[in-house]
Amino acid sequence: MNGEKQTDRRGFLADGARVAGVVSAGVLGGFLAGRRGQAEENRWQIDPDKCVGCGNCATHCVLDESAVKCVQCFDMCGFCNRCTGYYTLDGLDSRDTAAEDLLCPTEAIIRTFVEGKAGQNFYEYTIDTDACIGCALCVKGCALMNGSLYLQVMQDRCVNCNECAIAVACPSDAFVNVSSDKPYRLKRVALGVMRQKAGKADKAAQKLIDQVQADE
Amino acid sequence: MNRILRLSVAAALVAALMSGVLTGSVMADESQDLMFPVPEFSDHPIPTASVPEVQGEVAAVLDVAILFVALCLASYFTLVSRSRRNVLLLTIASLLWFGFWRQGCVCPIGATQNVALAIFDPTYVVPLTVVAFFILPLVFTLFFGRTFCASVCPLGAMQELLAVRSVKVPRWLDHSLGLVAYIYLGAAVIFAATKTGFIICRYDPFIPFFRLGANTDMLLFGSCVLLISVFVGRPYCRYLCPYGAILRVLSCFSKWRLSIPPDTCINCQLCEDVCPYGAIHPPTVTQSPQRRRKGKRQFVIALLAAPVVVAVFWWLGTALGVPLSQWHPESRLAEQVRLEELGVAETTTEASDAFRGSGRSVQELYQSALARRDDFVTLGGLLGAWTGLVIGFKLIHLSARRRRDDYQADRAGCVSCGRCYWYCPVEKVRLGLISDVSEALPDGQMPNGPLVQLTVGGKES
Repeated sequence: MNGEKQTDRRGFLADGARVAGVVSAGVLGGFLAGRRGQAEENRWQIDPDKCVGCGNCATHCVLDESAVKCVQCFDMCGFCNRCTGYYTLDGLDSRDTAAEDLLCPTEAIIRTFVEGKAGQNFYEYTIDTDACIGCALCVKGCALMNGSLYLQVMQDRCVNCNECAIAVACPSDAFVNVSSDKPYRLKRVALGVMRQKAGKADKAAQKLIDQVQADE
Repeated sequence: MNRILRLSVAAALVAALMSGVLTGSVMADESQDLMFPVPEFSDHPIPTASVPEVQGEVAAVLDVAILFVALCLASYFTLVSRSRRNVLLLTIASLLWFGFWRQGCVCPIGATQNVALAIFDPTYVVPLTVVAFFILPLVFTLFFGRTFCASVCPLGAMQELLAVRSVKVPRWLDHSLGLVAYIYLGAAVIFAATKTGFIICRYDPFIPFFRLGANTDMLLFGSCVLLISVFVGRPYCRYLCPYGAILRVLSCFSKWRLSIPPDTCINCQLCEDVCPYGAIHPPTVTQSPQRRRKGKRQFVIALLAAPVVVAVFWWLGTALGVPLSQWHPESRLAEQVRLEELGVAETTTEASDAFRGSGRSVQELYQSALARRDDFVTLGGLLGAWTGLVIGFKLIHLSARRRRDDYQADRAGCVSCGRCYWYCPVEKVRLGLISDVSEALPDGQMPNGPLVQLTVGGKES
């Protein structure tokens, strides 16, 4: 009789705790879902204005091939003959495209001749995304000129870790959580240039602006 | 040579900028930060950089579905079909999918931090997948015991497969080490809530194996845990896992849980010998009145001591403010900058260089670091109080006496792996492998102790 009562009491307590547990799990789920509201989920991205080109992006990503790649903002590029993002400072002198004269260790920057004008040759520098490892050597080099080369987390590669391993290693706090409907950032200057371009009904520019965080 | 070139480039840049300003170039007006304006080509349109879209969320939804199915299967295999073989197969499948294929992400253990951050930081948007991953195993545990640990968690799976030569951990050590998981949980919540770091993810010992690559420290730590798990059953689950700490508590209130013999326990002790996790309790013996009086006194002492322990640990915790705040990168940066300002630091770091380039003032950094330190004094106190609470509760729990008439799985410690099924003679009779329990006992010895009729819950009927 006594044992039965004991079992009943224990059973009652367990039932109570269980109900409380399920209810609080439900409340927590509801609270978090409600808190979520209309906002989109977060993605990791680099604020290019804060990036110092330290090279950690190439080595700290959990993926074998870093999700961080270099992006060329053509609207900021001077299409220079002597590109400091393309050549090493020694290479600038000779302008020979031998490997030792180039900054990029993987030859991910493709240099194409565009036009010769007023005695000057103009070249276009495009990035081969598959070859780029996100080492930021070109970004650091380009900072001597217009700074049109900058790093971005490519959202088709990034697995959006809980805690981004590169963000932990980033010395300048450049890794930020952005809304997944605007997963890219542009440099402050680039954003201004792009906005003007988009004003001239450039659909591609408009699309890029739609993709970037435009709250500055 | 290099310096001369650099100087000449700089001079060229200045000259170009000057000429741009002088000629009043249109592009220079549009964006004054550009040193070299974008040229106007005769027949070459300026391309626009394109960036890839965000990866679809299909994979995440699929993961939640797989988790749910795996939890259902695990609960069915342990409680209904009582098949250790199927549990083992599911364990291997989970290890392959959640471990090696999904590389240990998303996992409920890490999701704890996202939930903690989401509770304390209203601006943080927690993905619903993560919430589902956090809550589903909790709810399943409330009803079916730790079936998530049994065969769904890839971390548990890894250790489960390695637990081949387990030795018995002394009770006192088992109980003491078991407290670490709760302290780890408290620290993880505090660090996540203050955006200091997700330490559970950072120190996940199995990640190096799931991803087949990591730094040396992590590889060493992971290898040690794996090596230990050959001799000590599931060391991470029992002594470190912060999510396991939550499941441990919830499992005490589960509606149904694993029962070792399907019906009548013959008290043969085979299950206790074989459990690698020390999670099976033998039947209790009758106590002498003196012993009982002593036990009651101990219980009262533990009850009175608990608040004192909480207070002492709270006070100790407040002293941890400075070391705890050093985990935050900004505190470390402030310390480095302070050393540089004092001229003590011989070299600068990447972070301090970046800070000096950012235009933030040193005073502002110091203020922020000091405010953070104050926060961590409070949080350290809370962590200490939490530790005291866990220790106090453990003391009370250890002094409380429960009566058991047969071998029972520990409500909290049992991970529902079903190993004991393999050895239980009663189970073998049920499966028709032997005709009588005595066949499974050594030297044909007859069962000793009372034959008790059991229900599913492992309780007397």
